[in-house]
Amino acid sequence: MRRALPLLLPLAGCDTVQSMTGGDGRQGALFNDLFVIFAIVTLVMLALVLTGLIASIFRRHPAKSSVPGENDEARDAPFRPLLIGWVALIATGLLFLTTATYLTDRAMQARAPANRLLEIEITANQWWWDIRYKSSKPWQTIRTANEIHLPVGIPARITLKSNDVIHSFWVPNLAGKQDLIPGRRTDTVLEPKRIGVYRSQCAEFCGAQHAHMALDVTVESWADFNAWRVRQLTPAPAPATPLALAGYNYVTTRECASCHAIAGTPASAQVAPDLTHLASRRSIAAGTFPMTRGHLYAWIADPQGAKPGNNMPVVGLEPNELHSVIAYLETLK
Amino acid sequence: MSVMSGKELPRDGRDLEGTELHERLEKTWGTPPGLWAWISTVDHKRISKRYIVTALIFMLLGGILSLVMRVQLATPESGLITPDRYNQLFTMHGTTMMFLFAVPVMEAMAVFLVPLMIGTRAISFPRLNAFSYWIYLAGGVLLWVAFILNIGPDAGWFAYVPLSGPEYSPGKRTDIWAQMVTFTEVAALAVSVELVATILKQRAPGMTLSRMPLFVWVSLVTSFMVIFSMPSVALTSGFLLSDRLVGTQFFNPYEHGDALLWQHLFWFFGHPEVYIIFLPGVGFVSHIVETFCRRSVLFYPAMVLAVVSIGLLAFGLWVHHMFATGLPRLGYAFYTAASMAVAIPSGVQVFCWIATMWDGRPRFDTPLLYVVGFIFTFVIGGLTGVMLASVPLDLQLHDTYFVVAHFHYVLIGGAVFPLLGAFTYWFPKFTGRMMSERMGKWTFWTLFLGFQLAFAPMHWSGILGMPRRVYTYPAGLGLEQTNMLSTVGAFAFAAGLFMFLENAAVSLRRRANAGSNPWDASGLEWAVSSPPASYNFAHIPVVSSRTPLWDNRDHLPVMTGLRVDDRELLITTVMEAKPDLREPSPVPTAWPLIAAIATTAMFIASIFTPWAVVVGAVPTAAALIAWFWPKGPETPEPVIQ
Amino acid sequence: MIPPPKFVGDLTDLPTHAFGHRSLTWWGVVAFFMIEGAAFAMAFAAYFFLITGEQSWPPAPYRPPDLLAGTLFTLIMLASEIPNTRLKRAAEKKDLRSVRIGLLIMTAVCIPLFVLRGFEFASLNVWWTDNAYGSIMWALLFLHLTHFATDFVDTVVLACLVNTRHAAEDRRMVDVAENAMYWRFVWLLWLPIYFMLYWIPRL
Repeated sequence: MRRALPLLLPLAGCDTVQSMTGGDGRQGALFNDLFVIFAIVTLVMLALVLTGLIASIFRRHPAKSSVPGENDEARDAPFRPLLIGWVALIATGLLFLTTATYLTDRAMQARAPANRLLEIEITANQWWWDIRYKSSKPWQTIRTANEIHLPVGIPARITLKSNDVIHSFWVPNLAGKQDLIPGRRTDTVLEPKRIGVYRSQCAEFCGAQHAHMALDVTVESWADFNAWRVRQLTPAPAPATPLALAGYNYVTTRECASCHAIAGTPASAQVAPDLTHLASRRSIAAGTFPMTRGHLYAWIADPQGAKPGNNMPVVGLEPNELHSVIAYLETLK
Repeated sequence: MSVMSGKELPRDGRDLEGTELHERLEKTWGTPPGLWAWISTVDHKRISKRYIVTALIFMLLGGILSLVMRVQLATPESGLITPDRYNQLFTMHGTTMMFLFAVPVMEAMAVFLVPLMIGTRAISFPRLNAFSYWIYLAGGVLLWVAFILNIGPDAGWFAYVPLSGPEYSPGKRTDIWAQMVTFTEVAALAVSVELVATILKQRAPGMTLSRMPLFVWVSLVTSFMVIFSMPSVALTSGFLLSDRLVGTQFFNPYEHGDALLWQHLFWFFGHPEVYIIFLPGVGFVSHIVETFCRRSVLFYPAMVLAVVSIGLLAFGLWVHHMFATGLPRLGYAFYTAASMAVAIPSGVQVFCWIATMWDGRPRFDTPLLYVVGFIFTFVIGGLTGVMLASVPLDLQLHDTYFVVAHFHYVLIGGAVFPLLGAFTYWFPKFTGRMMSERMGKWTFWTLFLGFQLAFAPMHWSGILGMPRRVYTYPAGLGLEQTNMLSTVGAFAFAAGLFMFLENAAVSLRRRANAGSNPWDASGLEWAVSSPPASYNFAHIPVVSSRTPLWDNRDHLPVMTGLRVDDRELLITTVMEAKPDLREPSPVPTAWPLIAAIATTAMFIASIFTPWAVVVGAVPTAAALIAWFWPKGPETPEPVIQ
Repeated sequence: MIPPPKFVGDLTDLPTHAFGHRSLTWWGVVAFFMIEGAAFAMAFAAYFFLITGEQSWPPAPYRPPDLLAGTLFTLIMLASEIPNTRLKRAAEKKDLRSVRIGLLIMTAVCIPLFVLRGFEFASLNVWWTDNAYGSIMWALLFLHLTHFATDFVDTVVLACLVNTRHAAEDRRMVDVAENAMYWRFVWLLWLPIYFMLYWIPRL
């Protein structure tokens, strides 16, 4: 059934990294099935209406007396059973769709049996995602930004909070969305079924750069996920080259450290994305740019030109400072 | 002072007829040329035309904004519009279309047509009608001047907190938005009060509730919906203004406030609002179907019941805008069921219209073409609405371009197409001229096909993961093709709108010789000249069926006895429409304009200081008192001993 | 072509004014009730919605408002219905002298009410800026104040009008009767607000 959805869409290239048609998560697949059911029922209703409409347009209407409005109410009578049948049909259709909805909803709420459960906490900020992987052992808590890695087949329960305005967390390939509302905690569950890379995007208008608040989702095998987790727990390596050392000195003592944290260095501010493993991410600035050297230069040199209105100020680095900072950041894998 | 008996004063009747009656009535009721008369008129027909022209200007302005947005979105990562400007664009587009075009134009059509359809000479509270237009105009001008000065609102037409609150929307932008809401809501409430009183108390003798034209029923239901829903948005925009200006904490979660309070209060208004826009369209469709199929719409009682149940149901659906906010799932189930249930009365109406076309003798002139376009488009929109009503589906589709497609299908299909059909149909009644039928057909097809091209691809854009309210999108997600199609379609649709306006403009220059009933329709509005005289009816008609002009082809039964030298109309009883009182109707006056100026000054100043409410109340109260202060009686009335 | 008229009835002897639901402006006033009632209903809904987010109401450490000013206000408002009903009946009987006296009484009764309303604001024991509880309490009291102040101004204007040449018009008596009806709405709406401001925080 899940495969039927792409067949309904005549456009090519529909199965992309940010699309509902993927059905790559358990809830996402249930959505696709339900969508197909709804699409069929609603298309049947549409066909009935259009058939009636076209038939009454092209009917050869019998010539009647030229007096309009004559005997109208008597002429209504034969249509009465048809109207009742139509209402009954609509009501039955709605009942069917409501039942399908209820069953799907119940299936989505029920968690697939698994002996492991991931606990992730996402805090939304104006225009970036603060991610924490919780653990019963505090020294195994991972903090990252604008990306999540998920092991395939393992449910991840995600607690959602916001530090400022209302945002919405949405990975279309995997599941429906859930708002992050300041002052409230909401949560959602992702159960990825297929290995792959996906893109998530904020789905509640949150201000100037709402359009550039994406999140990279990587679904991988349990082994790969654990390897990633181990890497994430490793603090940043010491700089190996003089250029990187100059960059390290800049980042940990100048403006950057007032907002950003890098594990294993004195920089430990919490109000901006964690940079410890910046260079291992697929994108910069919450999906605004792909992670390449050129884009990294552009971002650090002028964050406001790249993403106007965002909360990272233009620092005005000298060229040698810029080179050293980039050199250091590129070591943060 | 001696008491003069009613019989000695000049009244219409057998003794006073024809041209002499017309001249005397015109002298009493007419609006002479000149600026003063234009400012002080209380004629519902003139005021409604003002409303319509103003609303169409706002529609064009809002439409131009949408074309700019479409150019921006035609290509990925387009640098044409900055994010700040884009956020103003989509906020202004939605706000203009919802508050400054859709509701006012529908109310204006009712203000013109309802008194004529029920056989009365004026609307119930003519000065309030005049006041409401000035207030509406002030609100619209406030918003657009702010936009042109680059301080237009930018938090969306729905202005969710905390984004629209004092911390995240500094400056006056959102205050201007919130106060514009106050202006337009006062105007809409005023018109609704007038319509309720007019419909319940001024119907022609014999026009019982079960003989009221369907558009009059729709206007009654819609007016009640406005009365019960608009105060919610007035209150909540007031709360927002006070959070921003005087430091209340309604929406501040860190001081025991709640961001969701805004959403509940706003959508309690917001959902009925879209039905307030849609139902008048339904009324237009019923009238057009009747006239062009040469028979009344099937099952009048079912049609009335459908309209009433839509009006009631509309108040029980608002949480379907909040399915992603994490409220209890069991509560959501109720809103899913209610949201789907509204398909039943809508389905009844679609059945009755199509059955009328089947059983009647349809003539597919332009107005009926718009009805066909409406059925096709609105039903599609309604069906995507059924999808969105389902919580699991909505959690994927919410806040994507799928929803943008849905609501444009139901609003343009369900309200704008019928409105354009209604403009074409009643154009002779408003202006005395017919619109060009040939041009009308070309216009319809351009609009219809352009609309489908613009909005159908948006369903796919949403499914492919494009969220709403984004000023751009990345390449490589498959969104380029759908967005380009939408942009092309938007321009085609805009071309259609220009064709419509050009048709209207050209037709206005022809001779006014349409005749009183060019379509051979059945309603009382077609029993007066085109355009109607200032006094509407020379004699108050009497009805005994739902289709008075079809059942009284040889002569029209009328009652006589209303004054000719003074403005007077007939009050009848609510249920049976039996003649009850002769009610004096107000003469032209500038006080509504003066009161509107005082109110406007108070509302605008209160954006800058709360003391404006206290200080501004004084001139506003003074103007209102002067407005209601009785003038001396022009003709003798009995004296109390 | 407009079909020619056929005369089937005469309206000449119909009166030009009536009381109650036969009057056009009565419907305007009732429509106003519905609008203001809807606004207050939403304010009540907001009040109860905010309670659901709290552990206690008022939230600690705020005290509920003091009872004295509000209770006195309520008692005087309820008592004012007696002269109000007399006034309405006098208007319907077109007894101009009683109407003049009645309007003066209703105007006078508002003075202590305004004073007490001032004391009520002072006894709320919370500022509107403190938290959402304070905001909604002030909002309810302020909205009712504007409501009652508007009717006060109407009453004063009518009290003036019945002492001018316009007193002779039948229309005046209808206005007075409808204003008396509006006063009923003012105190009826006050009762749930009184309960919400003074008693629910004590439960």
